[in-house]
Amino acid sequence: MKEEKQRELQIKLQTSSLRAYTMLAILILIWLFFHWQTGGIFLTPRNLSNLMLQTSVTGILAIGMLMLIAAGQIDLSVGSVLGLAGGVAAIAITYWDYGVAGSIILAIFVCMLIGFVHGTLVAYFNIPAFIVTLGGLLAWRGAIKGLSQGETVPILNPTFKAIGQSNVPANVGWTLALVAIALILFLTYNHAKKLKKLSLETTNNSNNQKLLSVFRAIILSVAFLLFTYVMNLEGGIPFPVLIFLLSALAGTFITNSTVFGRHLYAIGGNREAARLSGIDTKGSIVKVYILLGMLTGVAAVIFAARQASASPDAGTLKELEAIAACVIGGASLVGGRGTIFGACLGALIMSSLDNGMSLLNIRDYVQEIIKGTILVLAVGIDMAGRKTRG
Amino acid sequence: MLLRMRSITKQFPGVKALEDVNFDLFEGECHALVGENGAGKSTLMKILSGVYPCGSYEGEIFIDGEQKCFYSVKDAEKAGIAIIFQELSLVKELSVAENIFLGREPSRFGMINRDLMERKTQEILQDLHFSIDPRTPIGELSIGKQQIVEIAKALSKQARILLLDEPTSALTESETETLFEILKKLKKRNVGMIYISHKLEEVFSISDRITVLRDGKTVKTDLKENLTKNQVISLMVGREVESVFPKISHSFGDVALEVKNLNVYDTEAPNKRILKNISFHVCKGEILGIAGLMGAGRTELLRAIFGDWNGKVTGEIFIEGKKVTINSPLDAIRNKIAFVTEDRKRYGLVIEKSIFENTTLASLKKFAKGFVTDKIAEIKATQELMDSLKIKAPSPFATVENLSGGNQQKVVLGKWLLTNPKIMFLDEPTRGIDVGAKREFYFQIDSLAKQGRAIVLVSSELPEVLGLSDRILVLHEGRITGEFLRSEATPEKIMQAATGL
Repeated sequence: MKEEKQRELQIKLQTSSLRAYTMLAILILIWLFFHWQTGGIFLTPRNLSNLMLQTSVTGILAIGMLMLIAAGQIDLSVGSVLGLAGGVAAIAITYWDYGVAGSIILAIFVCMLIGFVHGTLVAYFNIPAFIVTLGGLLAWRGAIKGLSQGETVPILNPTFKAIGQSNVPANVGWTLALVAIALILFLTYNHAKKLKKLSLETTNNSNNQKLLSVFRAIILSVAFLLFTYVMNLEGGIPFPVLIFLLSALAGTFITNSTVFGRHLYAIGGNREAARLSGIDTKGSIVKVYILLGMLTGVAAVIFAARQASASPDAGTLKELEAIAACVIGGASLVGGRGTIFGACLGALIMSSLDNGMSLLNIRDYVQEIIKGTILVLAVGIDMAGRKTRG
Repeated sequence: MLLRMRSITKQFPGVKALEDVNFDLFEGECHALVGENGAGKSTLMKILSGVYPCGSYEGEIFIDGEQKCFYSVKDAEKAGIAIIFQELSLVKELSVAENIFLGREPSRFGMINRDLMERKTQEILQDLHFSIDPRTPIGELSIGKQQIVEIAKALSKQARILLLDEPTSALTESETETLFEILKKLKKRNVGMIYISHKLEEVFSISDRITVLRDGKTVKTDLKENLTKNQVISLMVGREVESVFPKISHSFGDVALEVKNLNVYDTEAPNKRILKNISFHVCKGEILGIAGLMGAGRTELLRAIFGDWNGKVTGEIFIEGKKVTINSPLDAIRNKIAFVTEDRKRYGLVIEKSIFENTTLASLKKFAKGFVTDKIAEIKATQELMDSLKIKAPSPFATVENLSGGNQQKVVLGKWLLTNPKIMFLDEPTRGIDVGAKREFYFQIDSLAKQGRAIVLVSSELPEVLGLSDRILVLHEGRITGEFLRSEATPEKIMQAATGL
């Protein structure tokens, strides 16, 4: 029995962490490759800051998308909704004088309302998510084209623009990094203490695990310090990146530690069993669409602020980038599987490819072919690995 | 002799489904095959129709005296064998003619010759003295007519042996009569028919000979004239109740659940009642068994009470004397009802998640502080469950997928125990688990009753119902047709009630 216990812990370690480590390794390989190919441009503070900035919008969308995918749903309309919300925000601040807070709240509210509509149609009217959001993809794009009369709406308000273009001051950055490290250490300690309460920690293997969690905490802390240092060399952590990191933190908390999050995975894993266990499957699906809407609104504001304008075709194909990020990060489109960390890493891999290939002056069409191939390849390798594991 | 199956033996891992079974069929004969659920009828038919290919069983099949070996359903079809399934295999959107010629449409240069196809269909249907427009979409026909189209399809393939598996289960009385008219015509055309049915009334009206299967063995083959219905029933159940059951001495408390005049309507045909005026009660500490043949409405009864029925439900439900309204599984759980569903993989488990994520699924809020989960508390409770239910798994983190059937079923049971139920519905709780695990499960069910919980047990295995229940209700076609105390229940009496005699 003891041996079995050890084996189980090993297996658990392998399946859950192995994927994350593999992806990290792939990301590092991609970075080194581009650094070498670009003659040392890729891994400079300036480019890394840029890369993080590029990741933030897709990353925020991917966080919402991951929760949706975990529940076995899909949303093809986030790109159009992003365009609509950006347009609404821009029109509200530039033409309607809503003020910064007012226009942001309006944009986010519009997105949440759209999420509510999508979720209700999917959950209560039994229209497949694919169809509802495919309709949304067309309709919301049409809505912003009509609303803006096909014109790009400029954003002149400096405070609004600052959301996308400013950086967190260096000392604030350092403070945040220290808070993050303190949090990591506290959580690691707490986790170890709780494990001790269970009888699981008597085996040798748990000592290894303890070591591993300490190791992980150290790596993470160093990563945060390094990240802050590099970003501060370029004027500080970009504000959108900070929002992205905070969203990731919130997303991880929701999926890992809340009743709602657990229900999402249960619904995605086996909707019948979830329903018969008394879970409000329909209500949960509506909520997760609203949540994705909220994050889409945030991403839309950042996107518009970065561009200092809202064009009617903003956000085109963003839905596919977000879905691709989740899938590369190990989420299953059937539902029930996937992590926020994976989705964020997936988004970072996607934007690293974008960034690196642009630096290498690879033509647009080639970039698209390569990205498409990598998406299919990533899932293919994953499926092959799953089969051999049985 | 049209067909002869000689000493057929079929082995599944751990079970002998068929042992030395002999079965034969003459031209123009209707030979009925009867037996309890799980007696081996469908296994035998799957062998005959090539679903289980040659080599996966022992024994020989002869057609017209010639030994045959079917490697696929196609092979069997070529030899003139056709099955009419319980669930029709017609394409609803296509027309009668298109269905009959599906996959072998008369064509020239890749173009379907529609006229020819429709003319031929007309001929086949006329032969059966049955008139429908060959262009009618199948979906517009009643189930009874669809069944006849299915038979026409088989005949158009020159079928000489027709397997009819519960052909009347979805038919009205007049539709059944029409079907029998047609079967009688087929007899005259020398088609041999194997007729599988739970309805002995029908078996005695249409068949010439009857074969009774029990526990995978032929116990009797004889002409209908030499048998009575009661004889057939005792041949079907003639088995001793094994001593794998605990000695039961339950002391009952007050009434835990009472159902009055429950009517449940079909989800697709809102006028069709699946359950008719069901009234019963179950006391604290009592095990109430519900017996009945497949399709009698047992699972539907549990689902309707549990608030998980999509169609209309009327009637009253009382829990501990108080009238309650249950509109969803969540309502049911709040009223302290638990439902260990049949088919654990489909309805019970999130198979790729860990044990603890499954055990706490129905009671997660109890383990949470506000909306934040407390994994440590969940794991602790799960460890306790694993000890008390003897779930054999390395840790609460083990994936449910990797557990044996018996242990998976214990996880489902554990999930419901954590909701602390007062009333437990168990639907086929031991299906697909091995004998040793079954015995363990029986003692567990017994101890649940001893703890004062009211248990409603649905099972297709008669010995299980007889061995465990304090009282047994028998359902037949949506009605309660029998109620027996443990002391007065016999397999024969239950079978009589279940077949509607």
